Amino acid sequence: MSAFDIAVVGAGPAGIAAACRAAENGARVVVIDDNPAPGGQIWRGEKSEPWIERFKRSGAVLERDTAVDERVRQRGAKLILATGARELFLPFPGWTLPGVTGVGGLQALIKSGLAVKGMRVVIAGSGPLLLAAASLARSKGAVVRLVAEQAPGGRVTGFAGALWRHPGKALQGAELILTLIGVRYDAGCFVEEACGEGQVEHVRVRRGERAWEEKCDLLAVGFGLVPNTELAALLGCDLDSGFVRTGDWQQTSVPGVYAAGELTGIGGVEKSLVEGEIAGLAAAGREADAERLFSRRASWKRFAARLQSAFALEPVLKKLAREDTCVCRCEDVPLSELKGRASWREAKLQTRCGMGSCQGRICGAATREILGWGADSVRPPAFPTKVRNLIESKSS
Amino acid sequence: MPERIRIIVDGRELHVDRGVTVAAAMMNAGIRAFRQSVSGEARGPLCGMGVCMECRVTINREPHCRSCQTLCEDGMEVQTR
Amino acid sequence: MNGAAPDVLIVGGGIVGAACAWECSLGGLKVMVVEADVPGSGATAAGMGHIVAMEDSTPEFHLTRYSQIIWNELVHEMPAGVEYLPCGTLWVAVDEEEMAGARRKQASYLGRGVPAELLDARQLAEAEPSLRSGLVGGLLVPEDSALYPPVAAQWLLTQSGAEVRRGRVVSISDSGAQLEDGTLLTAGIIVNAAGAMSSKLMPGVPVTPRKGHLVITERYPGFLRHQVVELGYLKSAHAAGGDSVALNVQPRATGQVLIGSSRQHGATHKEIDRPILSAMLRRAEEYLPGIMDLVAVRCWTGFRATTPDKLPLIGPWPGTQRVWLATGHEGLGITTGPATGRLVADLILGRTPAIPAQPYLPARCGHA
Repeated sequence: MSAFDIAVVGAGPAGIAAACRAAENGARVVVIDDNPAPGGQIWRGEKSEPWIERFKRSGAVLERDTAVDERVRQRGAKLILATGARELFLPFPGWTLPGVTGVGGLQALIKSGLAVKGMRVVIAGSGPLLLAAASLARSKGAVVRLVAEQAPGGRVTGFAGALWRHPGKALQGAELILTLIGVRYDAGCFVEEACGEGQVEHVRVRRGERAWEEKCDLLAVGFGLVPNTELAALLGCDLDSGFVRTGDWQQTSVPGVYAAGELTGIGGVEKSLVEGEIAGLAAAGREADAERLFSRRASWKRFAARLQSAFALEPVLKKLAREDTCVCRCEDVPLSELKGRASWREAKLQTRCGMGSCQGRICGAATREILGWGADSVRPPAFPTKVRNLIESKSS
Repeated sequence: MPERIRIIVDGRELHVDRGVTVAAAMMNAGIRAFRQSVSGEARGPLCGMGVCMECRVTINREPHCRSCQTLCEDGMEVQTR
Repeated sequence: MNGAAPDVLIVGGGIVGAACAWECSLGGLKVMVVEADVPGSGATAAGMGHIVAMEDSTPEFHLTRYSQIIWNELVHEMPAGVEYLPCGTLWVAVDEEEMAGARRKQASYLGRGVPAELLDARQLAEAEPSLRSGLVGGLLVPEDSALYPPVAAQWLLTQSGAEVRRGRVVSISDSGAQLEDGTLLTAGIIVNAAGAMSSKLMPGVPVTPRKGHLVITERYPGFLRHQVVELGYLKSAHAAGGDSVALNVQPRATGQVLIGSSRQHGATHKEIDRPILSAMLRRAEEYLPGIMDLVAVRCWTGFRATTPDKLPLIGPWPGTQRVWLATGHEGLGITTGPATGRLVADLILGRTPAIPAQPYLPARCGHA
């Protein structure tokens, strides 16, 4: 017998919304997360987020566990996966220099105490996250030298024009633009190289034929998000184009297992919230209530699709790595050792690419983009953990 | 005002606010190289959210700790290699 | 036979098939290898890569020691990725009974010309500080080593110059190797080196799959110096029938720690079995208490090819004209791959092998 009716993995927006709706309907709910505090990446360090307040009142239990694996299925009669996403990194010369972080990475570091006052920051890559990171860095006193969006200006403008359909987003966008007065936002350009002795000191930015240098203390670079599907894969959930396949109730192909948020498709906080609500309600047996949210979900899915096409990656970004550019940062495998390999599996066995500490979370997504390789099977643990955590608990 | 606590990084004392992660505290002290890669390159935090493992340091004699996922505690000892 | 057909077609690109390809090519034969997946991705990727001289029986000793000598020549030509580590084997005794076993084992090694050094409790603790206190002693066999098998297998295949064809063989007979897509590959001799799959391709071959688990950790340079194996290994791991675990832990050249070993009969799915994994790790903890606090990055399983008498099947398959076997190496395939390849080439080319081939001939199985 499980002690809980519903176990939720992930305490970001999707997990919190699922937990709230399920617990408010009388289900006994546990939420398991590996971060020091609830909120996921988007609400990291935010104390006044209403959903987190609501979560604290909901009666759901929060557990910190950094060793979640497929045995989590035993924690609740039903399981809701809300494991979110990580950033997509595309290798380019100098990307391993200290001081080069992700865009979400910079946000996470600032939210966990990094002081950026007076630091010169270049933010590059793609997507709305660039604006959010620039806004946050600037509000903390950073000198944001440039926001370099790879998507051509026309696509970005078209997307902004479509924002009126989503009042919440439009408001956020307007706020950002206000905050960003004075920050250079250039569409259609990208960082092709980061340079420095021991840490990043300047970057080379390119737009078409023109390239120039920007001095900086930090470079934040990210090319969108990739879903964290490792646990879902270990549980046997079907994937579709890299995302967990879900039905109307957010149910996966495995009975009793639901998925919500970025791991079903990248779409932002509102899509995650509504999917989490539907999953939580459905898992708690409140299908009728869940059904009332379907149109809202459909709307945010349409928004997500527009987002994806507006910020689709330019092919040139997949060719930035040189022969000697490190692709696998855990095992220091350069591109030259990977070219000519038939598959991700062969590369893993022959070059150690993806066999290191992060288990291919960074280079796996990168090689899918730049070399076109597919995925390999996922092996436990879902995340590196102490040997003792692999052992069956004596009570079970 | 948050409580001030003390951590020691490679023998150097840092005074930091409680609630700050080890990664943020180290970067605030000007430290950029958190670890050496397997071929000897200096590396520092990349993803900031516990995924990439680049920010690993030794904390209280335990190697391979993700500094971005670890909150500073008073008296904590951190080594970068 | 048409002109394009190879002299030898090897089914299976694991360490055994790769070594057969290498030795046959060296012997001047035209070789093709057919492999269903990435070469070296089956049991070869699920072996520890422990190159160990075993002395439980004379045939086992001959094959392992002969192969070890071939390995010691080969590894110096191989790329750094083969991660050769001359770590030796440290056989550990928990009580006087096992220590007596260590003495017998030492006498056996020395009598066969293999260096082996008895360690008392203090020497054992000095040799391997991560071992728990209270152990009685051990036997150090310094010429054993460890390496990374998939890179070795790929190197042998590449260097052999053999044509490597991707394809899943579904059956082997005198008429050829039948692929899943209907293609029939023919050759002068067809060698079944398909490991745990070999009996699926040729019903009647007495090979059954035995599942094993492995765990590998983060890098902890200095945690372990030798491949550490329990002297109770024989009684626990070879226990007839049932599933078993034994202490078998290896330092990798990377500083990682590779933890084995488990043996399960009858398991057919590749997923981790938590009870046996747990038993295997608890066994390791009994000897290496610090191992529980290391960070594990990956657990995986593989299927080893076992035979009823625990010796591999190397040579012509009775009742056929051109079908040979090079399979059934169980947990010693990495060690004995090169000697297997040499024997196969010797027998095909009519050379006199350096060790007697008779104990490994499939004819011993009484099949017709």
